[in-house]
Amino acid sequence: MTPLPPFQKLLDDHATDVMGVLRGAVGRSDADDCFQETFLAALRAYPKLEDTRNLRGWLLTIAHRKAIDHHRANGRRPLPIDVIEVETREPQFEGDGIWPLVDSLPPKQRAAVALRYACDLPHAEIAAALGCSPEAARRSLHEGIKRLRKELA
Amino acid sequence: MKASLQRLTERAETEGLLNVAYANVDSPFGSLLLASTPRGLVRVNLPAYDPEETLEELAAKVSPRVLEAPAKLDEVRRELDLYFEGKLTEFDLPIDWQLTRGFRGKVQRAINRIPYGQTRTYMDMARSAGNERAVRAAGTACGSNPIPIVVPCHRVLRSGGGLGGYGGGLPMKEALLKLEGVL
Repeated sequence: MTPLPPFQKLLDDHATDVMGVLRGAVGRSDADDCFQETFLAALRAYPKLEDTRNLRGWLLTIAHRKAIDHHRANGRRPLPIDVIEVETREPQFEGDGIWPLVDSLPPKQRAAVALRYACDLPHAEIAAALGCSPEAARRSLHEGIKRLRKELA
Repeated sequence: MKASLQRLTERAETEGLLNVAYANVDSPFGSLLLASTPRGLVRVNLPAYDPEETLEELAAKVSPRVLEAPAKLDEVRRELDLYFEGKLTEFDLPIDWQLTRGFRGKVQRAINRIPYGQTRTYMDMARSAGNERAVRAAGTACGSNPIPIVVPCHRVLRSGGGLGGYGGGLPMKEALLKLEGVL
């Protein structure tokens, strides 16, 4: 077994990405709470972690569970679009690459894209997280991707 | 992001998940890595050694829950600063001895009792630890002191007056002894 790196190294290497993913999945104002829950859960489990080959994947898995918990705790209802629409005026993602573009998507599309490609969730779980039907989740994802393609073209 | 990380460190501590706190601090000799557990100061890494390796060693030997938490080392840093200015002759810090065991542990505790501005020989240390023939082992114990400066292994010299060795390099040992008025 590879020895566990000092936990600080996980923060140095992955905290920014975890925060970016959570901002996409739950919105900026709730991302910090999910971030805290994610890393506290990781810290609790860390000494007994056996497979150290994909620490990033491990952290993102915890993050996506916390994002789902968050959406479920909000009453199994659709994302509070009105709240998020206000929030999206602020950039949710920082840095280069595709994520700043994801920011410019409408809230539901943004969340669907983040949950699918950053958290690696299947459609059924995206639907559960967003409180909509799998078809609606698929549609949001599809519309989001289509719009991103257009922006990039 | 910085605020989130600080909040995380505070919550980790409250929930008993901050097992090793560390900080990199400046000193006249270069950057020191200081690490403490809830019990006390557990490790001082001298500039001659790679701090990354020391953090890995702490993760393996103490706990992998290692977080950078400079506030937890404020008192250690304050006393070290005063010591380097020649204004402090006795550290008043809780020590966590868990990285020292057996004969070496005994030697290192004996080192911790050598007063400021005084020196002992490796043979003295062997005797203090209960085996005066184990001079070489006493030397090794000095060399493997996990908490140098605070546990003053620089005060241990060779019988006959030679400086002996120092993990941080002989110039540093010499400078510390000069600071204390021994040389």
